[in-house]
Order: sequence, then structure tokens, then C-alpha cells
Amino acid sequence: MITAVKHDYKGEAVKIGFTGSRRPERARLGPITGVLSFRWIVIAFVLILWFVYYPIIDNFVVSTKNQDIFTGETAYVGLDNYRRLQSDPVVGTAILNNTLYAVISVVFQVFGAFVLAALIEGLSEERWRRFWRAVYFVPSAISITVTGLLFYFIYQPDIGLLDSALTQIGLADWSRAWLGEEQTAIYAIIAMSQWQGFGYSTLLFAIAIQKIPRELYDAAIMDGAGTWRRLWNITFPLTREMTGLMVIVTITGAFQVFNEVMVMTGGGPNNSSQVLGTWLYQQGFIENDFGYGAAIASVIFVITLITGFAQLWYTKTRRVDL
Amino acid sequence: MSVSHQPRETERTDFVAVLAKACLVTFLISLGVVVLYPLFWMALNGFKTNAEIFGNPFALPSGFSLANYVSAWNQGIRNYIATSVIVTLGSAVCTVLVSAWTAYGLTRSKLPGKPFFVGIVLGGLMLSPTVAVIPLVRMMQDLGLYNTYWALIILYTAFRIPFTTFLIRAYMLGLPRDLDEAAIMDGASEGQIFWKVTLPLCKPILVSCVILHVLFAWNEYLFAMIFTSGADLQTLPVGLTSIMAKHGTNYAVVFAAMTLSALPIVMTFFAAQRFFIRGLAEGIGK
Repeated sequence: MITAVKHDYKGEAVKIGFTGSRRPERARLGPITGVLSFRWIVIAFVLILWFVYYPIIDNFVVSTKNQDIFTGETAYVGLDNYRRLQSDPVVGTAILNNTLYAVISVVFQVFGAFVLAALIEGLSEERWRRFWRAVYFVPSAISITVTGLLFYFIYQPDIGLLDSALTQIGLADWSRAWLGEEQTAIYAIIAMSQWQGFGYSTLLFAIAIQKIPRELYDAAIMDGAGTWRRLWNITFPLTREMTGLMVIVTITGAFQVFNEVMVMTGGGPNNSSQVLGTWLYQQGFIENDFGYGAAIASVIFVITLITGFAQLWYTKTRRVDL
Repeated sequence: MSVSHQPRETERTDFVAVLAKACLVTFLISLGVVVLYPLFWMALNGFKTNAEIFGNPFALPSGFSLANYVSAWNQGIRNYIATSVIVTLGSAVCTVLVSAWTAYGLTRSKLPGKPFFVGIVLGGLMLSPTVAVIPLVRMMQDLGLYNTYWALIILYTAFRIPFTTFLIRAYMLGLPRDLDEAAIMDGASEGQIFWKVTLPLCKPILVSCVILHVLFAWNEYLFAMIFTSGADLQTLPVGLTSIMAKHGTNYAVVFAAMTLSALPIVMTFFAAQRFFIRGLAEGIGK
């Protein structure tokens, strides 16, 4: 039936194009056009259900099984992998590192970026506003693999920029192997991530700030409000929706971190910079323990589901205009 | 009295304003240096010899020989760029086309139960690739797609359809229906309305969606690392890490390789800045 109609439509398209009257036929097809409308969405739904939804359900099934890597046989182990999560100290480290990632990113990439965007938008010439927005955005366009490798070199004691710069300004005592020490590795990675990402959120805040009517600022200036008063009493309240959304998006991203840690430390030294994503990879693909890897994936799933619902709720209850 | 006082007051505020402006500009420039200097350093190191790299890191290279860049290009970057272009463009076309169909179906067609289907698409936004990756490995092996371009094209398409559909749907909801109605009066079918009326009107959002997808696919690492293993099938991000593993001691070539892989997307950004910015703004708002 569907092919017949499709053929008909194609034939008609060639024959009479746009102007022909087809109303009688449409009326005849009336009851089934609803069903025919599935043709618009069928490819997308096959792809989404097959490659996005099904693997996530399957992930829970995998997480209840353990596979013997020698015999290839799988055995049902119930919630054993989840019990193992509780006693695995690296999982604790990873969750802590993801949380650190989230907190520091919210400070720099949400609040820092907001202030920076307000400063840039306060410049009088559009030429310079556009210039700074573009300059700060450049690292965000480059892949995390490249920026991660770049900072891997910057942090090296022998060839890196950071330790040389510290020595030149008389802080030679501070220099160290930033990625090689357990105390600093995760912070060094997070710092790279701030460098890479703040321009992106600055750009988004700048766009939100541009939407604020100029008259509000003019009126505030007439009333004698200074720069900071205008920032906190006009700019901040009127971009609050954007700020809220950015907080949620940043937290979601922080719990899915993988690429930069993988490239810069691989989770080391001594698992001190592991995050959930890299620990999943380590367990699932290096140790070939799919069951336990899937259990770690479930933890990521639960956390991102919560932040995802928060975002949905937030965008539904507040209007985020762009 | 007050008349003589007035100019001094303005003078002082002028001075404060100038000082504030000077501080602000100094801050913006310093931050600009922090952002751009590492990137210049990366490109400059690509011109150095290994001995120079181990010297003063702030020094300029002794000459601008392209030897390291040529060597990086021949030692794999060429292949990685070819793979990245195929996977990125292939998945961009599939994603945007399928998403536009779906968005049309979810906004303009006579599809029953639209809210239910919109919900499924929306739900897909919350599911992250990291969570699906372990089951997907076996699935791709069973389908015989493991270590092929298709694995990445299909997965990038499937995982970006929810987001892209959502953007296009929001745009379509905002389009006036007068033209559709006029076309229906003229006897146009749904298919004709989609291709000849709705799709042309959606051009701005389609451009933004393509750019967002290119930015995603060009830089994606997790799937690219796990679903390809052969050197001739690796995308740029994965290829870079293998160059690093292979030529780890020849730093100059690694720096040249990094610069070469950053260059196309940075140039695209500067060439299409307007579309980039609008794309990103659309991407976060909805």
C-alpha cells in the first residue's frame, strides 16, 4: 500500500508538479494518511531505538553477568557487580574527581564566564566585542584530544611551558611534574578543561546579554547606577535562566568526562585521576570485565538521568529565550 | 562655589573611568595571551628540531622548515584526515536529513500520538554514549560493522538525531503555516510541502545543525577509539594518540601533527563564525 502511494506521489510530482488539483484523491486517502505519516519518522526511530535505547537496556543485562575470558561462558551473578562498586576504592576516587570537575567548572565556566561576558559586552565598540568573543572561543573549536596532548606537553617538567614560566618569575619551588604527582594530576587536567571551555560559555552568555533591552541600562545610568550595580541588578537577574541552564549542562558534562583524562594521564598516577568514564574503559576494555564495566556505566546513567530530568524541568518551568 | 567644584568632580570620575578601562583592557589582553600563546607554542614547536624543543621553550625556532609538517602529514595525518572527512560528512548528511524528516513528521504531518514520539526523541537526549558503549561493541561485531566507517557513521547519526531533531522541530514550530496551507490548497502532497516549502524555509537552522554536527563528529573520541582499530580507519583524534604512541620521542613531529589536526576546524570557525555562533546559541537554548 505504502509503495503504491509513494509511487503515485512521485509520478504526480513529475507529471503536474505543484499546481495540479488532487483534493478528491486526498479525501479518499484521509483515514490512512495518519498511518502513512509514520514514513517521516520511521528511520529515526529505528536508529534511536536500536542504537541508543536498546544498548542502555542491554547494559543493565550485561551488568548482571560475568564472562569468563578463557572459556567465553557467561554466568548470571545478580547484583554482585554492584556490590563490588561499593567496596572499590577507585570508584570513590572517580566520583570525587567527577564532582571536583563539576564544582570547578561551574565556578569558572559558568560564573567566571558570566562576568567575562558582561565585561566584554560592556565595551563600547562592537568590533572589539566580536574580537574578544572570537579569541576566547578558539580553544573550544579544537578537539579535546589536541588540547589535552598540548597541555600534556605544557605540564612536562623538561620541555613544558609551565615550569619554565614559574622559574622565570622566581617561583621555581612551585615547579613539579604536574601530571605525574597524585596530588596535582586531576587539578592539572581540570585546569586544561577550564582553559578549553570557558570561551564557549562566555560566548553563550554574551548572546544572552545582547538580548537585554538597552533602555534598562540607559535608565540605570540616569539613576546613577555604577558598573557593578548594573551588573548585579540588571544583567545577572535577566540572564538567570541562562545561568541555571548552564549550571545543569556543565554538571552533566562533568560526569561524562573521558577524553581529556584518557589523553593526559589515562587515570594515573596510581588511579588518582580516574573518573567514572575512564574507570569504565579500564575495567571493560583493558581488563575485559564487561560485567563490572557495565555496572560502572549504570552509575553514570543514573547521574546523567537525574541531571537530564533537572534540565528538562528547568527549561519547561522557566523560559530560556535565545 | 559649586560651579568651580563641578569640573574637578568630573575630572576625578574621568580618571577612575580611564583607570578602570585600562585595567579591563590589560585583563582582556592577558587572558587572550593565556588562551592563544599555548596554541602558537604548539605551531612553533612544529618548526623546531627536537634539540630546540628541549632548549628554552619560549625561544623561536631557528628556521621555518616544513620538514616536520611534511613528515607528520605522510606518517598518517593524511589518512586520518581522509577518514575524519568521510565519517564527519557522511554522518552530518544522514543526521540532518533524517532529523529534518522526523521533525517534519512531528510537527506538520497527520501522525497520531505525536507527544508520545516527541517524548521518545527527548528521552534520547538524556542517554549518553558512555553508558551504551559496552553493549554496542558486541552489537557492532554481530552486525559485522566493527572496524568500518559505517560503525561510526551509524552511531554518530543515531546519537545525534535526538538533539538535531529537537533543534529543527523547535524551528519548524515557529514557522508560519500560511505557506503550507496555500500549498495544500494547490493540491501539494506532504512530500512536496516538505521538499519545496518547509525545507527551504529551515535553511538557517539546517546550516547551524550541520556546523554543530561537524564540530561534534570531527572531535569525537570515545566511539572512534573503540570501534576502529586499523590505522587506515582511525579518525584524527584517535590517529593523533597513535602518532604520539609511535613517535613519542620525536616531539617535533607530534606537535606538527597536532597543529595540522587543529587547523581545519579553526579555519572553519573563522570562515563561518556567524553560523557557528548562531548554531551554538540554538544548541544550548532548547
